[in-house]
Amino acid sequence: MSQLIPLFVILPLAAAFLIPIIGKFLEGFQKAVSSLVFLFLSVLALYFICSGLTTPITYAVGGWKPVEGIPIAIYLVADGLSVVMLIIINVMGFLSGFYAISYLKRFTAQNNFYALFCLMIAGMNGVVLTGDLFNLYVFMEIAVIASYALVAFGIEKNELEASFKYQVLGGIASVLILFGVALLYWKTKTLNIADAGHMLKKTPDRSFIIFTQLFLIAGFGLKAALIPFHAWLPDAHSSAPSPISAMLSGVLIKAVGIYCIIRLFFNMFEISYELPVTIAALGALSMVIGVFLAIIQWDLKRLFAYHSISQMGYVMTGIGMGMIIMSRGGDPKVAALALAGGLFHLINHAVFKGLLFLNAGALEFKCHTRNLLKMGGMWKQMPVTYSTSLSASMAISGIPPFNGFFSKLMIIIAAIQGNFYLLAILAILVSILTLGSFLKFQKYAFFNKPGNPDRQNISEVPFTMCFSMIVLALLCLGLSLLIFPGIREIILDPAVNVIMNSTEYALSITSI
Amino acid sequence: MILYLLCFLLFLIGLYGVVTRRNVIKIVIGLVFMEFSVFLMLVLIGYVEKGHAPIVDEAVATGPFVDPLPQAMVLTAIVIGLAANAMLLAIAIRLYKKYGTFDIRKINQLKG
Repeated sequence: MSQLIPLFVILPLAAAFLIPIIGKFLEGFQKAVSSLVFLFLSVLALYFICSGLTTPITYAVGGWKPVEGIPIAIYLVADGLSVVMLIIINVMGFLSGFYAISYLKRFTAQNNFYALFCLMIAGMNGVVLTGDLFNLYVFMEIAVIASYALVAFGIEKNELEASFKYQVLGGIASVLILFGVALLYWKTKTLNIADAGHMLKKTPDRSFIIFTQLFLIAGFGLKAALIPFHAWLPDAHSSAPSPISAMLSGVLIKAVGIYCIIRLFFNMFEISYELPVTIAALGALSMVIGVFLAIIQWDLKRLFAYHSISQMGYVMTGIGMGMIIMSRGGDPKVAALALAGGLFHLINHAVFKGLLFLNAGALEFKCHTRNLLKMGGMWKQMPVTYSTSLSASMAISGIPPFNGFFSKLMIIIAAIQGNFYLLAILAILVSILTLGSFLKFQKYAFFNKPGNPDRQNISEVPFTMCFSMIVLALLCLGLSLLIFPGIREIILDPAVNVIMNSTEYALSITSI
Repeated sequence: MILYLLCFLLFLIGLYGVVTRRNVIKIVIGLVFMEFSVFLMLVLIGYVEKGHAPIVDEAVATGPFVDPLPQAMVLTAIVIGLAANAMLLAIAIRLYKKYGTFDIRKINQLKG
């Protein structure tokens, strides 16, 4: 089983290499290969999670054995948390790639698009699998450099400007992260995350650790677009082609931002009190300011992009609360509920935000505009887009029985049980404002009178676009099942256990 | 110690360039400064006082060796930095073709 882990990186990389070469001669090769690869990897990830993950599965790259108990190879580690992320990445990758088959008709250079797309997913799969600090940086750069190119894919004025802004801020974030990795190597003389965690526990130098943590949280915060670091996100996510927006908003900011924060600050650093307070405060700020910025937008994709910031705030608040409760030595059940709520919201957000961006792409595909004021009356002409976007809007604003309701409920219950009344009130308030802004989206996009008479002959989008949207809309409903005992134990609980039992991760890897 | 401080100074010069310059190319140069200050820092971490090149061989003196791992890391990081900078400059050239200027005050269609 451990021999299967490298496939998650190798297959998309090989696809990215082969597509520009073979795709030149073979019509349709790029579409078939990318779809098949991601479908296979999704099934593989589901197989991993169904076979039960009590202990992490590891794979030593190059087959290097540990010397005197110190791991020297680069380890790829698949534990509960990584496998959940792998499922999100590959399922969203498959659906976005499939959607892009029809969407890309107005672009040239489809081979380049699919090659970059595969490269981006190879990088993200690597980030969530790797157990090595420098390797994390390398895979992260693979993913983000591919995404820089994809944001600029339209090569119009807006796209180029957004991509430049994204690259400058992303470059600064990479430098900060590399500096953090360098500092960690200086102190611990190891790059393995588990081993570094082991060495850091022996270090009495608290100020050094806090200094390193500041660099890492600034770097990963920039990648995750938490509120003081968010300036690039609305531009980049709204300028990219829609399948890429769905990948960026739905997956990339989680894989290279939130996931890295969780992995490094729970499994490597010892949990202190100051750090989770910082994380929860950043989360609450993103949650509130993001939604206020979102509600005033008239550009469809910018509205969704600001909501990504706000919803990431929910995730960070949940995770931060769980961490605070753990550091205080509070009730572990409440901490587990907060962490599970955060993770569950992370999964849900990938699904409904991906779907919303695909809907925006469908509307843009037919109306050739992103301005809400210029749309209207589309519900009759585009029934699939309308009904799927309705389910996504209800999911994101937390209306039962859609998945967003349950994850928000879990976060709010955990906040009340852990005596964070202010956070609970903020979470409810933000949820109401989210509902408001999605009512605005529904009203202006689908119900107002059509402003333009030549929009009468608009029909539904092609099959591949409809297929992806319908599957995601069904997932919006189906993921609510994750909350029930029986299913929750298979998917959510292994991931929560990885976060809660931070020492177990280190032990299971260093004792190979 | 003075070397680390100079390294930090290089980082600050790069940051100053990124924050204050208005020319797209100069912003890219500032970013490169920041990157290379971190690379220098990585090399300095591996340095051992009076250390030899890390080649284990009878002909070479046995004594302390410098740490080879940061050197490998720096090589990798330089290659990654090259790719990132090439990407940035490609976008900068495209921006110049579209807007006819390198001045970021005139490249302001998006409102953050």
